Amino acid sequence: MDGALSFISENIVMIYILVLAIFLGMEVISKVPTVLHTPLMSGANAISGVVIIGAIWLIRNADPDNYFVLIIGFFGIAMATINVVGGFAVTNRMLEMFKKKKKK
Amino acid sequence: MKDPTLDFLYLIAIVLFVVGLKGQSHPESARRGNLMAASGMILGIIITLFYPFGNTPNNYGWIAGGAALGGVIGYFAAIKIKMTKMPEMVSVFNGFGGACTMLIAITEFKTLPPGTELMSGQVLIIIFSLFIGSVAFSGSMVAYGKLDGFLRDSIRLPAPQIFNALLLLAIIVLGGYIMSLDQVHYALVLVLLGLSLIYGVTFVSPIGGGDMPVVISLLNSFTGLGAAGAGLIYGNQVMIVGGILVGSAGTFLTILMCEAMNRSLINVLIGGLGATTLSSADSKDKVVKEVTHGDTAIMLKYAKKVMVVPGYGLAVAQAQHACNDLENMLEKEGVQVKYGIHPVAGRMPGHMNVLLAEADVPYDKLLEMEDSNSELPTTDVVLVIGANDVVNPAAKTDKGSPIYGMPIIDVEMAKNVIIMKRSMRTGYAGIDNPLFYGDNSKMLFGDAKDTLNKLKTELSNV
Repeated sequence: MDGALSFISENIVMIYILVLAIFLGMEVISKVPTVLHTPLMSGANAISGVVIIGAIWLIRNADPDNYFVLIIGFFGIAMATINVVGGFAVTNRMLEMFKKKKKK
Repeated sequence: MKDPTLDFLYLIAIVLFVVGLKGQSHPESARRGNLMAASGMILGIIITLFYPFGNTPNNYGWIAGGAALGGVIGYFAAIKIKMTKMPEMVSVFNGFGGACTMLIAITEFKTLPPGTELMSGQVLIIIFSLFIGSVAFSGSMVAYGKLDGFLRDSIRLPAPQIFNALLLLAIIVLGGYIMSLDQVHYALVLVLLGLSLIYGVTFVSPIGGGDMPVVISLLNSFTGLGAAGAGLIYGNQVMIVGGILVGSAGTFLTILMCEAMNRSLINVLIGGLGATTLSSADSKDKVVKEVTHGDTAIMLKYAKKVMVVPGYGLAVAQAQHACNDLENMLEKEGVQVKYGIHPVAGRMPGHMNVLLAEADVPYDKLLEMEDSNSELPTTDVVLVIGANDVVNPAAKTDKGSPIYGMPIIDVEMAKNVIIMKRSMRTGYAGIDNPLFYGDNSKMLFGDAKDTLNKLKTELSNV
């Protein structure tokens, strides 16, 4: 328990960021109309691919002989990239359809 | 990873995420918002790629290989996918994001320096990320299977709730045990990984296919939390804020979907609806009135106000374009056409709106549930296309009904209701719909697209 508590006090700024980001997220997202919930979800989903940063960091700091980390990191990056590229691209495709105001 | 320049550039990336998401609040600014969020992501990635963290081996070849592979797959999937398949796609993408978190957490255990105190917040977060990333991954894959139809609802454990509770308990105990040891016992970490993956499967599998909008939203928020957890591991603000924003978005949509069905999240997760099998004995003696395409076309032509209420059937039949054509023909005749969209119509939040937008229906014609209901008493004809549970009046009248209390689009209030359905089969909730036997209801059987095309032909002949 002491370990957990000291972790909190050592990382107090991070934890503030975390807590405030929760409120910020709720505030920003509650304004989104129903019409846009699918693009919101796929756009947000693309942002969750931000975990790719962790995978990049992991590989950059890995020993070039440590194939375990390299291979796992490789798949991590591949999957996260699918999430990021695919997510933003498909969201853009959807939103383009909303942009066309009047037909014909 | 502490450095003034790095921190500053990450700050810009975070601001781009937030402003980008905020842009999503209006159709006009949404596309720009999405591009801003994407550029925030690119900025974050580039900084992480090239920023010197001291003398690191870099291994750029491995990074480039992974990114190229993922980029090509992701891009082609995104431009090829049919709009009706969006829920499946979001599930798969979401699962991959979760998988990345899971993989990072696994390697973190491998790279902990020997002699690290395991009973620490750091290790707790790694375990949390491992768990939530795995659940998001395997859960999303099951959700994908259910949406795509290759996994059926009928595959269920005898007592899923008890099994899941015990499994979750086992995971917590194992996690605690790993932390209590003197050094990392890697085999146990792999057992934890296995149990977490199984939990994702058993967590999603009892939930009915019709509740997938809730599940996708929830899994999306899990992936966000996983990314935020990984961000805490590295002390990386972009990952924390990005992950939490996604977590909030997912949670918000989850709550919204539950409210739209008037069910608690727990109720959805237990899978109550999918399990109910109701006898429809009391409706056996009732008869439905069928209507011909010609009569429907005449009714539509001489109506002043028509409302279309679409459901998943419209998506399955890919009927959105035919629907828009019919709308255009009616508008030429001076008929006012609007769309009434229920929040849980389709298989993901806002699914119907995207489909209709694809068919060039302007978004100001899409009414939300409350607005639809206030317009219905003055509406002459309602066309229910492939929707069932969201227009079921049992939700208001039948206390014994599993969907009792769910807000519905009250199509009964309109003068005439035409229900397009393939057959008399029940909707996802598996319950009978008294609407079909109503005095002003008529059934028009057939595939939604065929029916709409026939209506178009009839309409041009009238």
